[in-house]
Amino acid sequence: MTTMATTISVNGTSVTRQVEPRTNLVDFLRGELGLTGTHVGCEHGVCGACTVLMDGATVRGCLILAVQASGRDVLTIEGLSEPGHRITKALQEAFVLRNALQCGFCTPGILVTATELLTQDPAPSRELIREAISGHYCRCTGYHAIVDAVQQAADVLAATQGPA
Amino acid sequence: MMSDRAPVPPLALDRPNSYIGRSVPRPNARRLVQGRGHYTDDVAAPAGVLHAAFLRSPYAHARITHIDVAAAKAAPGVALVVTGAEIDQVCEPWVGVLSHFKGLRSATQHALAVDHVVWQGEPVVGVAALTRAMAEDALSLIEIAYAELPPVTDPDAALLPESPLIHPELGSNLAFALTVESGDAEAAFRDAHTVVSGDFRFGRHSPVTLEARSVLADFNPSERRLTVHQSTQTPYQMQDIYARHLGLPQANVHVIAKDVGGSFGMKLHVYGDEVATVAMSVILGRAVKFIADRLESFPSDIHARDHRVRARMAVAADGEITAMIVDDLTGVGAFSAYPRTSAVEGNQAIRLMGGPYKLRHYSGNLRVVFQNKAVMSQYRAVGHPIACGVTEALVDQAAAAIGLDPLEFRRRNLLTDDVYPYTSPTGYLFERLSHHQCVDKLERLMDYPALRADQAEARTKGVVRGIGFAVFIEITNPGPAFYGVGGARITAQDGCVLTLEPSGNIRCAVSVTEQGQGTEAIMAQIAASAVGVRIEDVRVITGDTAATPYGGATWASRGAGIGGETVLITGKALRANLLRLAGILLQMPPDNLDISDGLIVDNATGRERITLQELARIAYYRPDTLPQGVQAELTAAHHHVPRGQPFAFTNGIQASHVEVDVESGFVRLLNHWVVEDCGRVINPLLVDEQIRGGVVQGIGAALFEECLYSEQGQLLNGTLADYLVPMASEMPDIHVDHVSTPTLHSELGAKGVGEAGTAGAAAAVLNAINDALQPFGARLSQMPATPERILRALGKLAG
Repeated sequence: MTTMATTISVNGTSVTRQVEPRTNLVDFLRGELGLTGTHVGCEHGVCGACTVLMDGATVRGCLILAVQASGRDVLTIEGLSEPGHRITKALQEAFVLRNALQCGFCTPGILVTATELLTQDPAPSRELIREAISGHYCRCTGYHAIVDAVQQAADVLAATQGPA
Repeated sequence: MMSDRAPVPPLALDRPNSYIGRSVPRPNARRLVQGRGHYTDDVAAPAGVLHAAFLRSPYAHARITHIDVAAAKAAPGVALVVTGAEIDQVCEPWVGVLSHFKGLRSATQHALAVDHVVWQGEPVVGVAALTRAMAEDALSLIEIAYAELPPVTDPDAALLPESPLIHPELGSNLAFALTVESGDAEAAFRDAHTVVSGDFRFGRHSPVTLEARSVLADFNPSERRLTVHQSTQTPYQMQDIYARHLGLPQANVHVIAKDVGGSFGMKLHVYGDEVATVAMSVILGRAVKFIADRLESFPSDIHARDHRVRARMAVAADGEITAMIVDDLTGVGAFSAYPRTSAVEGNQAIRLMGGPYKLRHYSGNLRVVFQNKAVMSQYRAVGHPIACGVTEALVDQAAAAIGLDPLEFRRRNLLTDDVYPYTSPTGYLFERLSHHQCVDKLERLMDYPALRADQAEARTKGVVRGIGFAVFIEITNPGPAFYGVGGARITAQDGCVLTLEPSGNIRCAVSVTEQGQGTEAIMAQIAASAVGVRIEDVRVITGDTAATPYGGATWASRGAGIGGETVLITGKALRANLLRLAGILLQMPPDNLDISDGLIVDNATGRERITLQELARIAYYRPDTLPQGVQAELTAAHHHVPRGQPFAFTNGIQASHVEVDVESGFVRLLNHWVVEDCGRVINPLLVDEQIRGGVVQGIGAALFEECLYSEQGQLLNGTLADYLVPMASEMPDIHVDHVSTPTLHSELGAKGVGEAGTAGAAAAVLNAINDALQPFGARLSQMPATPERILRALGKLAG
């Protein structure tokens, strides 16, 4: 099968690879770059486990081909775990303390979406949090603890940042 | 956490530095939130790893007349194409029966189908290629000719004399039958003041773990050693299976389960595609990986539930439940699962019926039948939601018939505190349950009178709300009676090795496993408390047959109760070893010393004498400074199996508050409450989240989840877009509280909590819906309660 030279900025570093056009973004991240923090749950765009940020907005890594991400900025959970991502860091801390994860397979995708949510709305209601993460299936927690943790992270961020 | 009545017995672990009962965060959570988990598909694969894909039967029932794999073998990147007959040459087929289920039958099951396919999705041909995509490309080149056979899908029809046979050698489609009789149920019904009855249907579920089944096998022919990374709950069971079925010494088989992305009972069964993957690695002498994709998970993971139950309850004039008669027909798919069989769910359902109540007359009849559908077997809360759903629906009907409030009716009939130890009519032994304390606590927690007032007021505004209850009991801590007595090589014991390391840290290798419930956290809590060290200084190792003792691992809510007790016993032994050594060094009787926060201290004064670090340094590096003849014993190892009772029982009650839109049939969940008694709570944070997660799986059963099959045996909704699982926006907050009645059969007193949420949630939700619909004369007795079924019950849709 023919391949295409594809250049993507992944977690701030430009990478160029020859990829088959049929390779989706999540397989590219995992297989080519070894970024296994992004998970494959359904490969048909429902479960949300493969969610990453592309140019700052959440996308499903299984619904985008790697070649479509050419020239874009992709941030994965590995990149968001590096210093400087204070919203993700607060979320991660809250998820651990609140036990808002069990098996953890859905967690990176949910953290990506929650990062996007708190970037746009620093003080979301429980209802809004529930709606925002409804594109993610979690089979372990029942979601209640996740909602708590996102709220806790928002509170911590508000307290550490002071009035906007 | 204390029960109102039964005092919690003192525990040797009730020490100032004890971690028991504390909400300690999980030590392994931090890497998971940073995307640094190691699920099987994340494990760095050996060089030259091949990727497996399987061609699956498109028919529910057919004879294979011809297979042509020539083109697939010649396809780019393909290393191996195998049929069932070829796999059979290296891998012994299996039969999913156990002797303690008398009369249970199943047919020989091959890793890949041989000549005959019996469900849509059954794997037939395997391909190993350089990439998964190449393997799938090759699958498309395989030609299989099938002669279709009539499928058997309906469980009632499966037992008719004219039904086609799925396994002709068995002579019928009946896999197992069981009758449980106690007292004189028929006589009790003749004498009854009121009889209520129902025909109940429970949909077939798929467990839907977010991480699909995954296996990476690497066979090294030079030493005949097999290494298998697998997403499994039970690495030791799988080690035994691979050794026996592939003809390898058990010592040559190493099974590793690092992070497991959800399991819920689904990842402890033997699957043909996984075994075939391992067999392909043995054939090739190369690493082979198989990661199920979601579309093949739906028809090939075990399914669960699928019951049709006709049940009656007899009630005396004073509102006393006197008897139940239950007939349960359950379809288990094409085979009885291996090695745990498909009889357990039905067996538990039929024996858990009526379990919380005082009734003494019971007649239960179970039939387990084969169907041309995916194999059904154990999934979270095995049998419990069926028994609870039937019993609690009948209890609500009986309360209404007698004219009593449903909570008051339950109070009158629940087993009272003075009956324990109690043997139920179906033969279950209850050491001590706390039904009445749980009911009292729940009533306060939910503010029941206020909710009834709200319900009445809402009704005046045309808003239709309902409140539903479900009392449940839960089987935990299974001993050898569960599988071992039936001949299964599934151990009920666990093993632990605790070591003081040269650094002064404690290494805890234990055979229970982690799938997110927090096993490693609570084992660390117990080890730290038993030895007397800080939890940060304990490293827990699980999920690796080469690193921990052989044990039962994690299923049936056995981790905390059995694994935890094992760690406690071992911790006390290591502590005794260390105190003996410290006594020699300090020239003091060991009884006058204690270990606290990693320090050897004077028992009387609490004064520090020597750190564990220093003790370890001397023992490891300067044993020459110890007296002649002294050998420091820095490791303790113990095994433990519960012997006092066949299994433990927990109990609790759930309540659901719903709003039903009687125009659309949609149900909105307003609130959910649980009060349960899992014995000693080791980590409240983790226990509450086990409950909440379990509740939501039960809600899935009540409202959404159902594998829909056509009459031809085709799974119609086998995608995650079509098979509905609960989403965050439609779930309520879930309020959890506890009563604590520790089991006295262990020092720890923990009973387990994994099934409790799932056991009762669906029944509570369905009862709440029926409570809401009661003024309309409508009643549902089928799960899931879809909008369509609700509208049919309301007479707003025909049929």
